[in-house]
Amino acid sequence: MAAAAAALLLLLAAAGPGRAVPGRARRDALREELLLSPLPNGDVAAAFQFRTRWDADLPRGAVSHYRLFPKALGRLVAALGVQELHLALTQGFWRTRTWGQPPLQAPAGAELWVWFQPTVTDVDKAWKELSNILSGIFCASLNFIDSTNTVTPTASFKPLGLANGTDHHLLRYAVLPREVVCTENLTPWKKLLPCGSKAGLAVLLKAERLFHSSYHSQAVHIRPICRDASCLAVSWELRQTLTVVFDTFSSGQGKKDWSLFKMFSRTLTDACPLASQSKVYVDISPKNKEKELLEVTPAPASVYEAIVQGEKRTYAVYDLLSPSLFNTSRSLNVQLKWKRPKNHLAQPATPVSSPLARYVSGYGLQTGEISTLIYNTHPYRAFPVILLETVPWYLRLYVHTLTIITKGKENKPSYIHYQPAQDRRRPHLLEMLIQLPANSVTKITIQFERALLKWTEYTPDPNHGFYVSSSVLSALVPSVIAMKAVDVEQSPLFTSLFPSSDGSSYFVRLYTEPLLVNLPTPDFSMPYNVICLTCTVVAVCYGSFYNLLTRTFHVEEPSRGGLAKRLANIIRKFRGVPPL
Amino acid sequence: MITDVLTAVALYLAIQDFNKVVFKKQKFLIELDKYAPDVAELIQTPMEMHYIPLKVALFYLLNPYTVMSCVAKSTCAINNTVIAFFILATIKGSAFLSAVFLALATYQSLYPLTLFAPALLYLLQRQFIPIKLKSKSFWLYTMQYAALYLCSLVVIICLSFFLLNSWDFIPSVYGFILSVPDLTPNIGLFWYFFAEMFEHFSLFFICVFQINVFFYTIPLAIKLKEHPVFFMFVQIAIISIFKSYPTVGDIALYMAFLPVWSHLYRFLRNIFILSCVLVVCSLLFPVLWHLWIYAGSANSNFYYAITLTFNIGQILLISDYFYAFLRREYYLTHGLHLTRQDGTEAMLVLK
Repeated sequence: MAAAAAALLLLLAAAGPGRAVPGRARRDALREELLLSPLPNGDVAAAFQFRTRWDADLPRGAVSHYRLFPKALGRLVAALGVQELHLALTQGFWRTRTWGQPPLQAPAGAELWVWFQPTVTDVDKAWKELSNILSGIFCASLNFIDSTNTVTPTASFKPLGLANGTDHHLLRYAVLPREVVCTENLTPWKKLLPCGSKAGLAVLLKAERLFHSSYHSQAVHIRPICRDASCLAVSWELRQTLTVVFDTFSSGQGKKDWSLFKMFSRTLTDACPLASQSKVYVDISPKNKEKELLEVTPAPASVYEAIVQGEKRTYAVYDLLSPSLFNTSRSLNVQLKWKRPKNHLAQPATPVSSPLARYVSGYGLQTGEISTLIYNTHPYRAFPVILLETVPWYLRLYVHTLTIITKGKENKPSYIHYQPAQDRRRPHLLEMLIQLPANSVTKITIQFERALLKWTEYTPDPNHGFYVSSSVLSALVPSVIAMKAVDVEQSPLFTSLFPSSDGSSYFVRLYTEPLLVNLPTPDFSMPYNVICLTCTVVAVCYGSFYNLLTRTFHVEEPSRGGLAKRLANIIRKFRGVPPL
Repeated sequence: MITDVLTAVALYLAIQDFNKVVFKKQKFLIELDKYAPDVAELIQTPMEMHYIPLKVALFYLLNPYTVMSCVAKSTCAINNTVIAFFILATIKGSAFLSAVFLALATYQSLYPLTLFAPALLYLLQRQFIPIKLKSKSFWLYTMQYAALYLCSLVVIICLSFFLLNSWDFIPSVYGFILSVPDLTPNIGLFWYFFAEMFEHFSLFFICVFQINVFFYTIPLAIKLKEHPVFFMFVQIAIISIFKSYPTVGDIALYMAFLPVWSHLYRFLRNIFILSCVLVVCSLLFPVLWHLWIYAGSANSNFYYAITLTFNIGQILLISDYFYAFLRREYYLTHGLHLTRQDGTEAMLVLK
């Protein structure tokens, strides 16, 4: 009794100051960031990242009070035993040839890959439930994810957060290349943000401007991370990223100068009050050798230099939480003006060679060939890449025709994992570890045959074709410049998405184009006719055999004559001709 | 190609032996006065039957269908070889070998199971056991043959199990043959039918189509119990028309038997038009396939129509031969010149 009273007192004492002290509120933290990068051909890419970090133990289910971390996702992680979740909805394709290396690429359509906790017993059931729940949360047709488009990669998708062991049977990966992204998907995505779209950087996310772009990708990443440097406890990190590329210049509709107002039709007025950090980074590194001068207004408070993807880059930093930013004007409208020397003609941007390309070749509707080209532009370093290809079951791959040719010679991959398809049950999975020699082009070809499907299995527009989802290339690219190890809490968000193991290489995941393949189609207006005609043929056989089996030969008895014969005989008698 | 040659040799030897059996039976029946007096021109003579085995072998080897399936390196040639050896073993009278080869043929594709009945009938005939349901020796022999057949089938399946260490091959092979999941266009009737089938009725029609192959066996056995080799011919033809994935190699096998029944030529009613239909359809198949798949100017209905016509041609060919066979049998016992009761010339009808 006394012990209980003492415990109660202790609890009250702890709870009392706890309400006032912001120590409890510090259990979760929000950082928001916007990265504006001018691209080589004059377009501008804007990448938003919102990172909520929560020092809680989600899988144990010991939490009931959600503050910054959205309850929908938290409950999902706890109930289904999710260890890592990555969902990306993308419209468009990142054109590496004209835009350069992407910061974070996602394949066209919807991509979902999830690592489950080792405690989950039935991973397929959890995966089905998860895709259905996410389909409801994000208003996307993720419920079409089933066993015919889910694969279990063995090497390509290692966990990006903390992991205890990597049994790849706990991993599921699915892509829906036909999925379209629209305002309906943006609205629930924005609702998951702590400030919604009311304050902070999210006020710029207006659907009418965001979808008027060449590339739009929104993603959700949930993963466990170390709470501090000693890594004794686990925190959960939710990153919501949105990348959009505005092409007003290259499509001829605008000048090369851009500003926040021109892009988003809004300006920034304040930071999200719940955010502990809110910054805008503008990439002002000199892109090409010509002396194109950039002028950023208003003048940035500080400049940040980093080595990102093997290149040294300079960023202008605007801190929305610093009180000096909104001194002169109530709103922040970052503007970039290009100053060219007087006698300088407009130079087209030097094309960056795309590291990856994929296409279908062949003619007719029976066979075809998928070719993937991988370029290694590093001048002297060779490095291995992992290529993951998922091909739907109705394109029957002939694995014996798989050839990998580099510089005219055959290149044997050091690791191949192939899982053949089962009709209507699972797709083909081909994973290869290929060594790319320096400064080379590798061509991977495989032939396939197209299947005829049942008429109900075609989409409503069957002559549009069927999509083959993008191939995934994962690689540790050796970097020309040595990089320092990043401290996740101090450095900008865009440098810390992929964990870097050492300073000499950076991890990159690239996707190819999705392919569009036509299948032979039956005539959709014919089901009744076909049933009738085929049953007629079977009935012809049945009828002939029935006659021959059940009847016997008889000598024909003369018949008395039907009515027609009698009439004919009467007429013949009148004519004087012998009767029939 | 070696298997094709083996098939031809097996068919040659089989038909040679069969001819001897036919002669013996004919002689027996003539001596017993079972034939009508004026059917001398219907009786088969050794002169005209001398070259039949050679014709059979050549019909098989030189058939364009056989050449096509050889060029395509199809496993149908192996199926045909096993069935040819089974026919040879049956006609030679060896029940054990016949059961073993039949088990092998059934193991490869399920449908030769229906050839059990004609083989049994032939072996019973050869042992001079009358086919009466009450006869003890009939049931004894049937049980023996069935036991041989089932045991060899079980042995072969168990060997496969030990090779693979699981029973997965049974749904993959026999389940595949019976449930027709793959709808790649072929010369049969199934593919387009199931491509356009309403999902609700899919199972029903699969069952109907599969039963259609098997259920002609018993009525044909009842009607043709005196003529088991013709029964075997009709059965092989029905299998190759109605099996779930037919190929031209299967057609080549039953067409090889046609010289054996060349004495029925005068009773065939539609042979000219049927052979035209078969030839024209065989020529049109690749044309319309190319137009559908490669040129894109036709659609699947064109190819499907040729499938229908080709199968109708085959069905009518077999029923025409059946009709001619039955008619000759009638003439043999009732005489060629039929008169009615009032003495005028009569016609023969099926009633």
